[in-house]
Amino acid sequence: MIITVAGNKKEVKDGLTVAELIVQENVETPLYVTVSLNDEFVENGAFESTTLKDGDTVEFLYFMGGGC
Amino acid sequence: MITLPKAEYQKILEHAEKNLPEEACGLIAGRIEGADKHIEKVYLLTNIDHSNEHFSLDPREQLAAIKDMRQNGLAPLGNWHSHPESPSRPSDEDKRLAYDSKASYLILSLMDRANPVLNSFHIEGVNATNEGLVIV
Repeated sequence: MIITVAGNKKEVKDGLTVAELIVQENVETPLYVTVSLNDEFVENGAFESTTLKDGDTVEFLYFMGGGC
Repeated sequence: MITLPKAEYQKILEHAEKNLPEEACGLIAGRIEGADKHIEKVYLLTNIDHSNEHFSLDPREQLAAIKDMRQNGLAPLGNWHSHPESPSRPSDEDKRLAYDSKASYLILSLMDRANPVLNSFHIEGVNATNEGLVIV
């Protein structure tokens, strides 16, 4: 199936989960990444149970914050 | 070296002053030429911590900014935030939360309201290097 990851179309295996995509994409600091799927945010605890479908659009957002 | 157009600097300054006493924050995007970065667009985001000591970018606004960068052919270059009452240098928390060593981290100090100071840093672990920001 074809999905779009960070603006790039990619062919991935059917039934790929968000958790598997994070590994496949070598996402740095996965604990601090927010995932959006078709513009909806995926709860951190649902990465393994969220299965991607053909045509899905995924974005990885890296936490950005700090102090003073 | 990293360059920032004066008009974009003004956007950062005005947003930071408007949000006092809280920290203000946002993203920067532009072009990379060799070792130099050229900021072309500054994004003004909401500090969802609403604190004068901490900031976290609003993820929804972050997503919108990333899409805008992509549509406009801009590269994400890093982020910026203000220090309402402390100098323009990364705090221990800034360093601890600087997960992307390729990013530039701009810090605007408003501790002397009449003389704001903006610097850009490369942060890798506990080491922060001033990148030599030039406002053009």
